[in-house]
Amino acid sequence: MTKLKPTPKSKPAPKVKPTAKARPQLPKAPTGIQGLDEITGGGLPKGRPTLVCGGAGCGKTLLAMEFLVRGATELNEPGVFMAFEEAAQDLTQNVASLGFDLKDLVARKKLVLDFVYVERSEIEESGEYDLEGLFIRLGAAIDSIGAKRVVLDTIESLFGGLPNPLILRAELRRLFRWLKDKGVTAIITGERGEGTLTRQGLEEYVSDCVIVLDHRVSEQTSSRRLRVVKYRGSTHGTNEYPFLIDEDGISVLPVTSLGLDHIASSERISSGVARLDAMLGGAGYFRGSSVLVSGTAGTGKTSFAAHFADAACRRGERVLYFSFEESPSQIMRNMHSIGIDLQQWIKKGLLQIHADRPSSAGLEMHLSLKHKLIGIFKPQVVIMDPLNSYVIGDNVVGVQAMLMRLFDFLKMKQITGLFTNLTSGGGVLDHSEVAISSLIDTWLLLRAIDSGGERNRGLAILKSRGMAHSNQMREYLLTDHGVALRDVYVGASGVLTGSARLTQEAQDRAAKMLRKQEIERQQLELQSQHQALEAQIAALRAEFEVQKTASLRITGQEQAQGAQLEQGRLDMGLSRNEDAAAKNPKRGAK
Amino acid sequence: MKSNPTRPAQPKAKRTSLKVVAGHYILKLYVAGHSPKSANAIVNIKKICEENLQGRYELDVIDLYQQPQLAQGEQIIAIPTLIRKLPLPLRRIIGDLSNTERVLVGLDIRKQA
Repeated sequence: MTKLKPTPKSKPAPKVKPTAKARPQLPKAPTGIQGLDEITGGGLPKGRPTLVCGGAGCGKTLLAMEFLVRGATELNEPGVFMAFEEAAQDLTQNVASLGFDLKDLVARKKLVLDFVYVERSEIEESGEYDLEGLFIRLGAAIDSIGAKRVVLDTIESLFGGLPNPLILRAELRRLFRWLKDKGVTAIITGERGEGTLTRQGLEEYVSDCVIVLDHRVSEQTSSRRLRVVKYRGSTHGTNEYPFLIDEDGISVLPVTSLGLDHIASSERISSGVARLDAMLGGAGYFRGSSVLVSGTAGTGKTSFAAHFADAACRRGERVLYFSFEESPSQIMRNMHSIGIDLQQWIKKGLLQIHADRPSSAGLEMHLSLKHKLIGIFKPQVVIMDPLNSYVIGDNVVGVQAMLMRLFDFLKMKQITGLFTNLTSGGGVLDHSEVAISSLIDTWLLLRAIDSGGERNRGLAILKSRGMAHSNQMREYLLTDHGVALRDVYVGASGVLTGSARLTQEAQDRAAKMLRKQEIERQQLELQSQHQALEAQIAALRAEFEVQKTASLRITGQEQAQGAQLEQGRLDMGLSRNEDAAAKNPKRGAK
Repeated sequence: MKSNPTRPAQPKAKRTSLKVVAGHYILKLYVAGHSPKSANAIVNIKKICEENLQGRYELDVIDLYQQPQLAQGEQIIAIPTLIRKLPLPLRRIIGDLSNTERVLVGLDIRKQA
């Protein structure tokens, strides 16, 4: 019955799926409901009825109502709401809490509310009847405001109010065809039946588009989900999508990430601890990366998170802080004790702290809430403290899937995420409880070091993708001015921290001083030896001089003696009248 | 409400001034044009009234095609619908009124008769 019917109004749908440009696309009526248009590729089939079914309290009426209200207020498509269960006044009151002012819409002729009252006890059947009265009634309502949208909520109650189901079935079939002829986009709601989508099998008649809503409880927390079971003539998202009902109506979140195509920023942002930045290649984390701070209890995970938040706010960025174990005021008091004033950033509107127990809602609900809050606040930094609170019972797989989606979402938005994770004592330290290690870009490991009757804190960078980072294990202290990193003493006997480190350092200093004194002594000794030698050299030199003078004198004496002897001989020769005078006239002349 | 566009020749002639007389019936029959069911219903109710309530009833036949706005006010879904306005409580009988027994029971005529 549905396929042959040409859509009376074949205007192109305002929102067409971007992937199919040239192909003719089924005209669609946008619902205006956040996320639903994405899943359905533009909205519900225009001019055709759509079946929305689900159990009690799953939000059928609300979805239908929002479809009408959005149509009336945002898309200029007036609508008719025909209620079979709730009186118009109740309905108006019920949805007023969601910000829908039905009275105003009715007054502005954007909406018609018609409550169909069927009381079985007042009705007697005699002979054949049809639902022409309903047709006339609906037709009059549609014509009175030129409605483009119709909701029948929940038409199945007619089966309880009117006798002869056979007639009803035939009439409903006729009604749906009539709606198509009218060219109105309709939502028909139906209560979930046993083994069928609706109690009366309406899905047989309304088969263009079927959406199932679900409200399920697992681990004592409930979550709402939506699934497009069928959409004739169009592609659609087939998964179960979580949805949320809050003060802004319904929002569906098609958050299962499809690809890894986020842009990686190379901008670096400070971790808030200068020496930690230095360990991370001197510049801190990458913008848009995921940072995990894991550690055992009391190692200061929250302090690192607060430092990061403080640094981000100082840069003028917005920070969204999700706390699962401490209330905002508790966090602020505790962080104040290490000299971080978060209050000022809250006042300036740069920091928001949301504290709730993970068990307050289902995982999907949490994810939806986070999406929503991130969408509203548009933070540059998101902090979640701690992640493992999500793990309740054996839902690890679910938590991992949720976190993966959340991380992807943050990366897509270029939001830097810092997450803390409590590692249970005695467990493997480099194994995060929620098995998300592979999703993390920078992982800081905090650990308590027990030695010498003390418990000290040590920090190591387990990994940091895309940057050179220190492999040094560092000791840090939580001081009045925040986290202070120290050099860890690394000696032959291993890593020493705390007072053991101080003792060792003192010992080292003493030894050093001893060595220094020894050297000084040796230097003095050498100096004196040197001086002694110098003196010896001088003495020897003096002796040498003495000897030299003596030897010269001896030579002189020798020469004088020689001359004396010569003279003596000459004198003797003269005296003896030798003829030597002839031989030596000179001397004789002399 | 009192207007009667389709069938002006109705048992208004039978109206008496005794409105509060016990057992006085005010009936409204809602139909849709000249559909077979509507036509049957009109014939049937007239017959039943004449045979059982002679002189103590008013019957209005209302065509919803002419006055569609009445459908909402009177909570009409099924066609034809016969509404017993008086005596109270309000009773509705849907269908072409071909089952006379059920009409009489539905209107509480059988017990009184």
